[in-house]
Amino acid sequence: MNAPVLCDIPITVERGQREVFCGLTGIVWLHRKMQDAFFLVVGSRTCAHLLQSAAGVMIFSEPRFATAIMQEKDLAGLADANEELDRIVHRLLQRRPDIKTLFLVGSCPSEVIKLDLAKAAERLSASHQGRVNVLNYSGSGIETTFTEGEDTCLDALVHAAPYTDQSQLIVVGTLPDVVEDQFARLFESSGIAEAAGKVAFFPPRRAEHIPAIGPNTKFILAQPFLNITRRTLIGRGASHIPSLFPFGINGTLAWMRAAADAFDVAEANISKACEAPIARAEKALAHYRETLAGKRLWFMPDSQLEIPLARFLQQECSVDLQEIGVPYLDRQTMNSELSCLPQNSSIVEGQDVDEQLDRIRKNQPDLVVCGLGLANPLEAEGIITKWSIELVFTPIHGFDQAGDLAELFARPLQRKQRLRV
Amino acid sequence: MELALWTYEGPPHVGAMRIATSMQDVHYVIHAPQGDTYADLLFTMIERQQRRPPVTYSTFQARDLGEDTANMLKETIKKAYDRYQPNVLMVGESCTAELIQDQPGSLARGMGLPVPVIPLELPAYSKKENWGASESFYYLVRYVLASATANISANSSPHSKEETLINAKPRPKANILGPSSLGFRCRDDVVEICQLLDQVGIEVNVVAPLNATTPQLHRIPDADFNICLYPEIARTLCVWLEKTYQQPFVKTVPIGVGATVRFIEEIEAITGIDASSVKQIDRSRLPWYARSVDSTYLNGKRVFVFADGSHAIAAARIARDELGFNVVGLGTFSREMARDVRAAAAEFGLEALICDDYLTVEQHIEELHPELVLGTQMERHIAKRLGIPCAVISAPVHVQDFPARYSPQMGFEGANVIFDTWVHPLLMGLEEHLLHMFRDDFEFNDSVAPSHLHGGEHGGKHAADHGGKQRGTQARQDTTHVDTDYAQPLVAHNSDAMLQDQPIPTSWTKDAENELKKIPFFVRGKARRNTEAYAQSLGQSEISIETLYDAKAHYAR
Ligand code: SF4
Ligand code: SF4
Repeated sequence: MNAPVLCDIPITVERGQREVFCGLTGIVWLHRKMQDAFFLVVGSRTCAHLLQSAAGVMIFSEPRFATAIMQEKDLAGLADANEELDRIVHRLLQRRPDIKTLFLVGSCPSEVIKLDLAKAAERLSASHQGRVNVLNYSGSGIETTFTEGEDTCLDALVHAAPYTDQSQLIVVGTLPDVVEDQFARLFESSGIAEAAGKVAFFPPRRAEHIPAIGPNTKFILAQPFLNITRRTLIGRGASHIPSLFPFGINGTLAWMRAAADAFDVAEANISKACEAPIARAEKALAHYRETLAGKRLWFMPDSQLEIPLARFLQQECSVDLQEIGVPYLDRQTMNSELSCLPQNSSIVEGQDVDEQLDRIRKNQPDLVVCGLGLANPLEAEGIITKWSIELVFTPIHGFDQAGDLAELFARPLQRKQRLRV
Repeated sequence: MELALWTYEGPPHVGAMRIATSMQDVHYVIHAPQGDTYADLLFTMIERQQRRPPVTYSTFQARDLGEDTANMLKETIKKAYDRYQPNVLMVGESCTAELIQDQPGSLARGMGLPVPVIPLELPAYSKKENWGASESFYYLVRYVLASATANISANSSPHSKEETLINAKPRPKANILGPSSLGFRCRDDVVEICQLLDQVGIEVNVVAPLNATTPQLHRIPDADFNICLYPEIARTLCVWLEKTYQQPFVKTVPIGVGATVRFIEEIEAITGIDASSVKQIDRSRLPWYARSVDSTYLNGKRVFVFADGSHAIAAARIARDELGFNVVGLGTFSREMARDVRAAAAEFGLEALICDDYLTVEQHIEELHPELVLGTQMERHIAKRLGIPCAVISAPVHVQDFPARYSPQMGFEGANVIFDTWVHPLLMGLEEHLLHMFRDDFEFNDSVAPSHLHGGEHGGKHAADHGGKQRGTQARQDTTHVDTDYAQPLVAHNSDAMLQDQPIPTSWTKDAENELKKIPFFVRGKARRNTEAYAQSLGQSEISIETLYDAKAHYAR
């Protein structure tokens, strides 16, 4: 396929203090998706504390993630870090016989001391032959930003996937089960599933069932932060179906059409299959349009969902976009999305949080989408916020969630109208 | 390496953040990667602080490592100073920067900034949050006092010790040291203790670090003595102040009626004041409430105590001496307080549990089968899972442990608050018996959990609906925004939450039934009823997946 012409919307690059989570955060949703997998961070007390704080209100009695906290003696070379890691993994696996896949997750400290987790994973896989598959990826803050931790995790899964030359469609990116099932039904009813031969979701619900990949695999991204995974999939012979991301009616319809196109499914089939869900989405969206229309919105850089969500809110809820911050930008992945944004959009890549807050104070947007560290201080200044982390924990994809997605942004605005204190 | 699932304490630089955030005019620059900025949310979300913590991070990335991270840090320091103009700058690093050895402290001191720069070296691979807070507080005060002697700004201090003595019958002055941001009930304890001191006839000189300024820290030596309100944070400093300025310090932590009396006695001994009119145990309602017949059933209740050192020790004594409980276990996650807690446990004929492994604590609780757990946020979760009543007595805490109402732990009012918060879950425990008695009544069913255990969220239904009896294999959650939000539209128009999964009047297709199961158990009943009502209103007798989603859209608002 020829590379499409890249959208030339201007981007401002900013450098300064970043205020975003690191890739370890992805564990919070990844471990819920793959219920037979365990995530072991090899890091510091800070990493353990980050995970626990990001998991926030969701405290599980015994989570399927943990941190191997490095101690002074591991660093001073008094203890061999690899032996220590093996010891911890053995203990863990003894305790949790239900674990089929173990992810060793690299952190800043493990990367700075150059602890080779790939080698460790190989060694541990071999010593637990057949019982558990040990993979590794980086969630470190020096390498990955927030949702990028899912990218590096899925990349590791792609590397571990078996080969197939069967024709198939793979949907890439973690989706809540309920959304996956909705999409699966749409693929059935539209005839895409039949034309593709098979539809698989990636990551799988059980990490031991990694879908096979090969030259007759076509894949479509469900999440906008999967640049590395996309490249590795292409490297394994699969072909990418470029599209908008399935947020809102336009995004989801474009996404279905792109998949249909790739397998020569007639447009009429798509229209027919999507008709009822679109009508429902219209009805649900109608509840929030009035609240959102004309509101000036500001995205702080955070989850990488900023651009697709800005597109949805602008096109389908008539919001007015003031600034769209993104932690980093891959023009290839975002190309379709960027071309749907108004040409005069202000997009800022990278971050200087203090400068951004100054700009917010100056422009007084109606709603700022931002991380948890910034939300209450902004509210205290009278600026309404929406926590971005909810966007990665909540089902927001597809037709049947379009209303819910709009509601996430409408709710804080409605609260402002209600409160008299 | 050490395996950690949940941690009681964060890394030491988070302790330093607590000190910087407590103060009004201090800024803290941390050499750290971007992910470490998560710590801001502890203050803004858990404590609902209205301002961002006064902290700037260098947020270096992998690509900077090959270049000049030291220079990057210097720029960060310069920008942070220019923007925030603090009176004192603390400079340090988190775990990752400790490995790249840029020496942030000495770098910053070499920059010639016009304010005291305090280098903080907090070893991230051996120490933890409370230690970090204690060290930072100690160095902060030491540096500020050192700069005061070198600096004319010391003149801002209104009067010296000598002057005070000349004045006619001055009230003795005390500093209250230790209350800090993210500490357990510090906000209200300070109010309570200030009132108590006023009644005793003591003037409060400085409260620090909570809401203090550096000019106030300059005045610390003016006090006649110190009150070490939270030894975890202030003991190191109090010991140094005693050595350096001959300021004795009060060691009793005034939590509980008995401890409050001992606290006043210590002050009497230091100052020679007679405070017998203040030292009356019936200034608290706890002693009478504990003696009232209603409380008879409290006696002998088996209690497990696990917290930071000072709260654990205080709680154990209250439990035994002021409520007549039977303390069956006592421990702390704080290694720095291990000796004190061991000594206290010996008083109870117990061996202290000194450990920061959540699973070990859980195992102990399981084995001891207490009737009440007094612990931290972690123990609350353990207790919930085991169905044991629980009250939180110490950090680490959750947002609900920063109540809107006044609720100190210290002093006589603190004892009242403690009586209510500990006894309440036990009283509610009575409900369990009622549930047993009525278990066959159709209004109740044995999957209804006692109301104090968060209703259905933590009851038998949970296990049933998730098939999750096998611990650990089924992730168990207290609340998920995910599920609640997803199901929201379907439950919006119905009011009775608890009764659910009633007989099915309309028929559901198998697929629709399966789809329904994906909706979280605690709202599923409503989702079912709303969908059925919707189907009936359309005269449909069969509910398909389409109907389910049509109903969802219908009820959305
Ligand atoms: S039970 Fe609710 S309030 Fe308590 S910690 Fe869990 S989520 Fe937070
Ligand atoms: S940024 Fe690095 S050190 Fe900090 S929590 Fe993330 S991985 Fe750990």
